[in-house]
Amino acid sequence: MNKIKHLNKFTLTNIKSYGLIIIAFAILFPLQSAGMISNSISGQLVPICTYIVMAISLTLTVGFLGELSLGHAGFMSVGAFTGVIAAACFKNLIPQPGLLLLTSIIIGGIFAGIAGLVIGIPVLRLRGDYLAIVTLAFGEIIKNIINCLYVGVDVHGLHVNMLSADALAMENGQLILNGPQGAVGITKLATLGAGVLLILFSLFIVLNLVNSKAGRAVTAIRDNRIAAESVGIGITRYKLTAFIISAVLAGMAGAMYAMNFSTIAAKKFDFNTSILILVFVVLGGMNNIPGTIVATALLYMLPELLRGVADYRMLIYAVILIIVMLVTNSEKAKQLHELAVYKIKNRKTKERGEK
Amino acid sequence: MAKMVPVPSNAIIPERDLNKTPILETHHLGIDFGGLTAVDEFSLTVGRTEIAGLIGPNGAGKTTVFNLLTNVYHPTRGAIMLDGKSTARKTTAQVSRMGIARTFQNIRLFSDMSVVDNVKVGLHNSIHQSLFSSVTHLFGYRKSEKQSRDEALELLDFFNMADLAEHQAGSLPYGEQRRLEIARALATHPGIILLDEPAAGMNPSETSELMENIRRIRDNFHIAVMLIEHDMNLVMNVCEGICVLDHGKIIAKGSPEEIKANPAVIEAYLGKKTEA
Repeated sequence: MNKIKHLNKFTLTNIKSYGLIIIAFAILFPLQSAGMISNSISGQLVPICTYIVMAISLTLTVGFLGELSLGHAGFMSVGAFTGVIAAACFKNLIPQPGLLLLTSIIIGGIFAGIAGLVIGIPVLRLRGDYLAIVTLAFGEIIKNIINCLYVGVDVHGLHVNMLSADALAMENGQLILNGPQGAVGITKLATLGAGVLLILFSLFIVLNLVNSKAGRAVTAIRDNRIAAESVGIGITRYKLTAFIISAVLAGMAGAMYAMNFSTIAAKKFDFNTSILILVFVVLGGMNNIPGTIVATALLYMLPELLRGVADYRMLIYAVILIIVMLVTNSEKAKQLHELAVYKIKNRKTKERGEK
Repeated sequence: MAKMVPVPSNAIIPERDLNKTPILETHHLGIDFGGLTAVDEFSLTVGRTEIAGLIGPNGAGKTTVFNLLTNVYHPTRGAIMLDGKSTARKTTAQVSRMGIARTFQNIRLFSDMSVVDNVKVGLHNSIHQSLFSSVTHLFGYRKSEKQSRDEALELLDFFNMADLAEHQAGSLPYGEQRRLEIARALATHPGIILLDEPAAGMNPSETSELMENIRRIRDNFHIAVMLIEHDMNLVMNVCEGICVLDHGKIIAKGSPEEIKANPAVIEAYLGKKTEA
């Protein structure tokens, strides 16, 4: 008991976050293996995992760095399509599916990181609204570029152009990206286990970072930029670091997401997706990682669960969102929460006193 | 206290610091905002272990001088030498690494962080922890974290705040927030610390504690202290050299006794007798 009291805030967040994921996996995996989960929900498990990773990575930018990014789906998109291309290229080289998935996720992450660097250098000099606008534009640009990109692979290597699939002039090659149709003929490699591992990996990175020298620098910049500068913290360097890490994780999630479908189009990663992820983060409590995980899982499932009222489901979804926002932000709810915590603490101390 | 050596032109330096490179030198420093000259012809030398005061009526340009010294503003004219090296074209963060630390008139703490974390942020450049070790919590992470925590607690202990280490910085009383800001500034291992109105809003007993602390900072860390303050009791008691600023220009430099007797200073503060 005494030992638990000494655990600091960070350790507690770590236990909550990792525990949540592991427990959820321990329950879902046997159920899925035994075929006790309906197909519609079972198909949502990997997407939920990837969206949790997306939300965790966006928490780094929005929650800890304090910069509003509206183009997070753009990084997901970069990761998804580079990951798919990588998987198609290395299919014969790496026959083992798990290894192939890992390779494509890493490559997706690297390319998204490069995109993060290229976007971050000019953008992170801007503040507030301007940053939001530029990241929004970035997401749209990526979507439109991929929309007119044709990529194929054959024995000679990778063929890329922006005209048409025929212009690729491949010899018995495989078409990977087919313009507006997006990626076609993807080998489905993603599994629930891989998704959970990716969540644990991103939790490991983000939670460690937050409780470190670099993480303190990032939070200091958010809390008071002028003071952070005055103690010798290079603002651009740490903003860029956080932004790139966030982009890499988003790219990895994107690759995982794409590997869960046989085809995927660029329009899947549009502005709405960016906003959706932002909603998860905001509802989760901005820099509250366990909260974000729960919010993502619940909000992602909500439209699925509301399928029964097909026509009205987005309406109900919106109403529920508004109610949750109002309730979690109201003073009364906060007071109730504090009262509950106080009562629990009181009971514990009483019990200890009786002993 | 060291005897003041009257240097007529450019400097007010205690005797013990005379033969060393001054920690801070400014030469004909000036800055214009649009057409308005905020500071002009600001030339000053601060000795390595001197406690210097910068005083003047409201709007005289005192905080602007601090912002110039820390490169928050870049000077229109003139030069700043920190420990013999020019600070031209450096960023605020780089100048901080060169050895100048400051506190702010309106307290700027990382208010959501704990007290000890605030000081740890100050230690940023003296703790060696690579990004890789930050992310993995391996490869010397524990050692560097322990080192930064120990050093931070030591600094907090210097200000009798070690027991507040885990409190949220924003929840501290005003006086303690001011002290924490000084502790954070000292954590950067500066050669000179600039205090912007450190006694603002303090009661007499807190002010006398602050005076004691300012002397202890100089004696313990062997650094120079430069402060802006309106509390004349504090300035006259603790400062060895005082520089008086009015309308962006230096109107007097000297020991507290000289400043007290200087008619130009009295005029700047109280106005001309004939006007009254």
